[in-house]
Amino acid sequence: MDTIVLSRLQFALTSMFHWIFVPLTLGLSILTAYMETRYVMGGGDIYLKMTKFWGKLFLINFALGVVTGITMEFQFGMNWAEYSKYVGDIFGAPLAIEATVAFFLESVFIGVWIFGWNKISKKAHATSIWLVALATNLSALWILLANGWMQHPVGYVLRNNRAEMVDFGALLTNPYGWLKFGHTLSSGYVVAAFFVMGISAYHLRKKNHVEFFRRSFKMAALFGLASSILVAAIGDFHAAEVAKIQPTKFAAMEAQWETQRNVGYALFLVPDPARERNILETSRVPSLLSILAFQTMDAEIKGLKAFPKNDRPPVHATFWSFRFMIGIGFTMIFLTILAVLFSRRGSLEQHPSFLMIMLFAIPLPYIAGQLGWIVAEVGRQPWIVYGVLKTSAAVSKAIDTTQVYVSLLGFALLYGSLGAIDIYLLSKVAKKGPDDNISTLLKPPRQEA
Amino acid sequence: MEFQIIWFILWGVLWAVYFMLDGFVLGTGMLHHYLARTDQNKKILIAAVGPVWDGNEVWLLTAGGATFAAFPTTYALMFSYLYSALLLLLFSLIIRGVSLEFRGKINSDAWKKTWDLGIFIGSALPALLLGIAFGNIFSGLPMDAAGYHGSLLSLLNPYGLLTGVLFVLLFLVHGSLYVSIKTVGDLSAKASNLAEKLWDALLLIAVSFFIATAIATKLYDNYMSVAVLLVVPLLAVAALIGIRVFLAKSNALMAFVSSCVTILMVVFTGVIGLFPNLIPSSTNLAYSLTIYNSSSSIYTLKIMTVVAFIFVPIVIAYKIWVYRIFRSRVTETDVLKEDAY
Repeated sequence: MDTIVLSRLQFALTSMFHWIFVPLTLGLSILTAYMETRYVMGGGDIYLKMTKFWGKLFLINFALGVVTGITMEFQFGMNWAEYSKYVGDIFGAPLAIEATVAFFLESVFIGVWIFGWNKISKKAHATSIWLVALATNLSALWILLANGWMQHPVGYVLRNNRAEMVDFGALLTNPYGWLKFGHTLSSGYVVAAFFVMGISAYHLRKKNHVEFFRRSFKMAALFGLASSILVAAIGDFHAAEVAKIQPTKFAAMEAQWETQRNVGYALFLVPDPARERNILETSRVPSLLSILAFQTMDAEIKGLKAFPKNDRPPVHATFWSFRFMIGIGFTMIFLTILAVLFSRRGSLEQHPSFLMIMLFAIPLPYIAGQLGWIVAEVGRQPWIVYGVLKTSAAVSKAIDTTQVYVSLLGFALLYGSLGAIDIYLLSKVAKKGPDDNISTLLKPPRQEA
Repeated sequence: MEFQIIWFILWGVLWAVYFMLDGFVLGTGMLHHYLARTDQNKKILIAAVGPVWDGNEVWLLTAGGATFAAFPTTYALMFSYLYSALLLLLFSLIIRGVSLEFRGKINSDAWKKTWDLGIFIGSALPALLLGIAFGNIFSGLPMDAAGYHGSLLSLLNPYGLLTGVLFVLLFLVHGSLYVSIKTVGDLSAKASNLAEKLWDALLLIAVSFFIATAIATKLYDNYMSVAVLLVVPLLAVAALIGIRVFLAKSNALMAFVSSCVTILMVVFTGVIGLFPNLIPSSTNLAYSLTIYNSSSSIYTLKIMTVVAFIFVPIVIAYKIWVYRIFRSRVTETDVLKEDAY
């Protein structure tokens, strides 16, 4: 393998690992902040207990999100120096802004939240977790505007052998970036909702802390229903944007080989990239793909064959990831509808098998999120910046294969152990359940020395 | 003023502030096991840095991000040339962060000992590596039209190693002073005693560094042409002596302030000497990465200047507020509460 393949593997490994922690942070920060707000507004001690319990799980996850995030910033320079040189003028800005505007805010106020229980007023304490939630979501905005630019480069000119920014406003208002932001954010909320529902389901089956976990479940179910519908709705707009802007990606997502008008949608098909056709196809719903992509029945969809083979993304990875992501997405909407229904009726404990399903459904939104990123990033190939720079031209010249083999192995070992520790810690804390000894939690504010 | 110069100054300030702030966290981490022999005291030290370590580390990310946005060519070449060293830095910072956050999550000796080791390695290695990296940046990297001719081993030259040791000692003194002002009783006294002992070694290494800099680098050239700049290295020396003077007066707080100033001024001494280079070439000066040949377009620099001038003061304001909230010393009763770590 050469440095390009190795660096791509390393980027995939490190970004996908990072993406295990970020979505839960995005959603659970909001849920925790909401719980603490209910407590501050006089909702009672149960909300304080909820804040503490879910907050502890939040922190374990948050720590890994923070440390694996450092890798992301370093990697562009380490492995993708030619990319960084070529697009740094426009791509560096949102990254630096992310650090200045979002990283400081979240890292400073997470410290206040962890250590500030007895040092600041209840309201200030709840505000600090809201600031953390705001900051993590803001951070997502800037990084997705940066990624949005790689998908749909805007506001630049090619000058001095590089892409130079000429319109910061265009970068900020790039619809591709905003759709990605909405889609990604709501997918993170779904992760958090299933996380809270799954752990609550585990305890409800065992009849532990029933009131506590009923409330947690119900809160997460509503949040989950709203966000799983939102993620699908924005996803629909997002896919239409892809059809307009990245025809090769869209064609690969749908395994569309021929350029046609009035294209139907096959619920099931198996692509055969070697022969540039599909092996198997169920009968198509007439015109549906044209409508989904361009909102009109006779819209033309460009097929993969319209592009040189070198300019097409890998079809299997893109197509299957997209299909499975959508399948999981609809499953999650279905599950959250049941979840809301049962928790509103107060009949959760009468459905032990549903609770069991919800426990094992925790990984679903995680998987959907990873698949979504495969669609986004593999589907963009062979481009690193769509239509502007090929991935093969982006890798650092100063690194050799030995270096990247070593680093890839190092990351695999380090991240593998961190992942194992994370799962061990999370399940230990989750199984233990909330702390009953509320008196230790409610120390009066300390007198200033 | 030219935008490249504004960003050169910001670049230097970001690094210097990072070293000042993470310096005491790294120093405390290196001394964690040495200063705190009981679990109780170890918890106290973690609680002393706990509220601020993450926020301090972000200065590194911002320095990196600013290099990317303002000097993308330097960012690209520096990070790919120093690939293996940065990888080690990355791994050790990851280990440090996880160790600080996870140590208190399970109450078992083996668990805690593992993370104690992580805290030590994750603090000592970054201090050493960052010093070695900056020593090599000060003296220049072997680069020309064909690219980079160095390796991980070539970074371990005498001047690079000397700068590495300098950083380690600076952070050790800085960290022990921080522990001294953030704790009470024996722990605090042990820390300030240690700072006093380490100071002698720091003085020796700092003097060697200032002399070696004349031999191994061209940093002093700028001071020859603009003599008034000599104020900066002189301030570094004065602040270094200040540490010892205030320690003798048992004024640990002022000694800590002095070590803050020492670190800032040592970094500024190097950065001013680099100007207008960001990374000089040690083989052919024509291939140095300067603030002009590696910068972003003026348009981008302008946008980033506006962002920095709005948000950096806001960041500083809330950071000061947070340091005020956590200004009191950490005591045993603080770490009895189970919830904080």
